[in-house]
Amino acid sequence: MIRYPLRKLSSWLLLTLLPATVALGASQIDTFQFADDVEKRRYRALIEEFRCPKCLNTNLAGSDAPIAQDLRKTVHRLVAIEGMSDQEVRDYLQARYGDFVLYDPPFNIRTWYIWLVPIGLGLLALFVLYRLQRSARVEHSGLDAEQQKRLQKIVAAKPDTRN
Amino acid sequence: MSRASLYIPLGVFVLIMSLGYIGFDLGARNELPSALINKPFPEFNARLLENPEKTITRADLLGRPAMVNVWATWCPTCLSEHEELMRIARGTDIVIVGVNYKDRPTKALQWLAQYGNPYDWVLDDRDGLLGIEMGVYGAPETFLLNAAGEVVYKRVGDINPRIWRDELEPRFRQLGVTLSATSESQNSP
Repeated sequence: MIRYPLRKLSSWLLLTLLPATVALGASQIDTFQFADDVEKRRYRALIEEFRCPKCLNTNLAGSDAPIAQDLRKTVHRLVAIEGMSDQEVRDYLQARYGDFVLYDPPFNIRTWYIWLVPIGLGLLALFVLYRLQRSARVEHSGLDAEQQKRLQKIVAAKPDTRN
Repeated sequence: MSRASLYIPLGVFVLIMSLGYIGFDLGARNELPSALINKPFPEFNARLLENPEKTITRADLLGRPAMVNVWATWCPTCLSEHEELMRIARGTDIVIVGVNYKDRPTKALQWLAQYGNPYDWVLDDRDGLLGIEMGVYGAPETFLLNAAGEVVYKRVGDINPRIWRDELEPRFRQLGVTLSATSESQNSP
């Protein structure tokens, strides 16, 4: 029975990760022409990188929303026909669709809390954990400082009788 | 540990729940802030739906405020906002430009003949390229431009009497659009 929690964990992992692998496999296939494999890889990486504006939590590669199709077409045009660099493509989409299309939002006056809240919560959790541990230790003995000192003395003076 | 500190977890729980509530309830889930606000409307060169020989560019929108409305016949919300657009067209002297977004021109012309045409110009954007320049990700979307051709407001979703009252009318006044007696009685001279 001791293995039960492990089995529970592994089935939980399976259940949560399995849909992710399915989603990875379900990327949309478009029939775009590229000059070479480098260009193709850049296109693939870019459509994985941008968020579909309509569907909130899917990237351009994984969505079949019409706007995602259009934006894939646009990314292809910018990469393969207009010969833009990755950063130029990012700037192009950001200028039109805002920070939203970047899954990796910049750190600025409007977004600072997105970055700082998790760190703050982590620090808070550590602090609470520290406080809990300390108070648990003190509560455990139930002795005041004077009694603690006496206890130490008694323990030190008593010969070890176990062997 | 003091008794009061036992309530800390409850407090944290309530804090997290209320953050979640605010986050999900702001009503902004489907409304992205436009990247174009206070920026110039993009350059474009588009054919007119009703007269494909003629093209319109950004320069044609300059000199007076304009409202750019992105619509399509496949968009049911566009039909539900149509009546309000007709009312705004009748009651004000603002230039209303329709962008017929990813649509079939024949269907669009039929639609306008059937339900009425509130637009001064309708631009044919059947491949959605102008839409991408404007950061459109659905229809309807409506942009308000000042005389200098800068976007001062964007609405994602339908134009309705509440949006007119709360968002459009105050901005129309700011932009100096004439509101005729039919739309606002106290405004008549």
